[in-house]
Amino acid sequence: MIAVTGSLLRRQSPLASATEQVRILESTLSVPPFTTRLERAGLPGLTATGIDVMQINVGRLCNQTCAHCHVDAGPDRTEVMTQATVDSCLRVLAATDIPTVDITGGAPELNPEFRYLVIEARRLGRHVIDRCNITILGQRGQEDLAEFLAEQNVEIVASLPYYQERETDRQRGHGVFNRSIDGLLTLNALGYGRKGSGLTLNLVYNPVGAFLPAPQKSLEADFRRQLHRKHGIVFNNLFAITNMPISRYLEFLLDSGNYEAYMSRLLTAFNSAAVAGVMCRTMISIGHDGRLYDCDFNQMLDRPIGFGAPAHIDAFDLAALSGRRIVTGRHCYGCTAGAGSSCGGVTIPA
Amino acid sequence: MHTYYNPADLARFGEMAEGSPELWEKFMAWYGAVFAEGALTEREKALIALGVSHAVQCPYCIEAYTQACLEKGSNLEQMTEAVHVASAIRGGASLVHGVQMKNALQKIEMP
Repeated sequence: MIAVTGSLLRRQSPLASATEQVRILESTLSVPPFTTRLERAGLPGLTATGIDVMQINVGRLCNQTCAHCHVDAGPDRTEVMTQATVDSCLRVLAATDIPTVDITGGAPELNPEFRYLVIEARRLGRHVIDRCNITILGQRGQEDLAEFLAEQNVEIVASLPYYQERETDRQRGHGVFNRSIDGLLTLNALGYGRKGSGLTLNLVYNPVGAFLPAPQKSLEADFRRQLHRKHGIVFNNLFAITNMPISRYLEFLLDSGNYEAYMSRLLTAFNSAAVAGVMCRTMISIGHDGRLYDCDFNQMLDRPIGFGAPAHIDAFDLAALSGRRIVTGRHCYGCTAGAGSSCGGVTIPA
Repeated sequence: MHTYYNPADLARFGEMAEGSPELWEKFMAWYGAVFAEGALTEREKALIALGVSHAVQCPYCIEAYTQACLEKGSNLEQMTEAVHVASAIRGGASLVHGVQMKNALQKIEMP
């Protein structure tokens, strides 16, 4: 897996089209439709049980072009959420008691409304998560970003696919590992990841290649030991996340001849016990244009909320959305493999 | 082109149940127990298996345990060291038989 030089869109790849991705996924006949596998396990179709997390994707603009990115984000992407849509999200927050706001991108900090969203969500008393690629902290114009996040007591979920340079740079681009280490040291200096500081720093691992994550606890122990020993870095938790077979990771799987085997691997590892904890059941995902989705992956596959539930932030209806049926597809096997996978790591504790 | 080793054959391993399903089931139960967490971790067992795969030069096993090692959390450095351990034992096993050569030599050459 080698970091790519541009987004699928910029390279005019057929995979830039969500329709083409869905066509490939849904014509993978060696793997049954996700709903069929649920039925065989004696499970009903997925439904939401409430909304604990409002995950807002504020845009696809990013300072990196990672090889596995499910958003197809990059410096060439222009989609960013406007202040009007941010205000719609804030109105919904004010009218509900959704406890957590999870901000993602792209590099969400590059959206001009990012700090406004954080400040207002915190003013409403909500827990705020920033899905941060860490290198953004060293970007020109972002020199005060780390302090801002600390002042607002924002939880940082930082991408670091491995504790070594070789693997990290293969996925995220040359030089990213060393710049990530610098960013983590900056966060540690502010108290992030340190006991008693109240500032949470969680790391995200995902496999650099066509394989599933190792057990989260054992990876966390490796990361904790190696990052501290070599760099003096501390953190709170490590989330192990399975790569979804969509967007640029799908491109990697297809180009490397690993697609069929990976899909079979996800199917073989299907764990019916992981179904109950999939994140779509307790979250709502909002696109940069205000459209609603069951998760960020459905958002990137352009599969909005269905079954008659409101599909735009301006039509938000908590009661209707809290018990909605969830739109699924073969990519959903990525969240039910092994110990399960979500934006918060495994869904079945060790 | 036909070759003795076909990567697709790895997925057909289960066909070995035909002809002797009882022995296959016993093998699979034993195999599963061997690789379960015990006094050694699953990660350590996968690394041992990777090394042995190279010692017995089984391409199916090498493919399977390369994937398994990654999915148990090992990295390239650790896996390469496991292959070197296997190689050192193979090389050492040849070299230590040089003592046999010396024994034979002592027997047949003049004192």
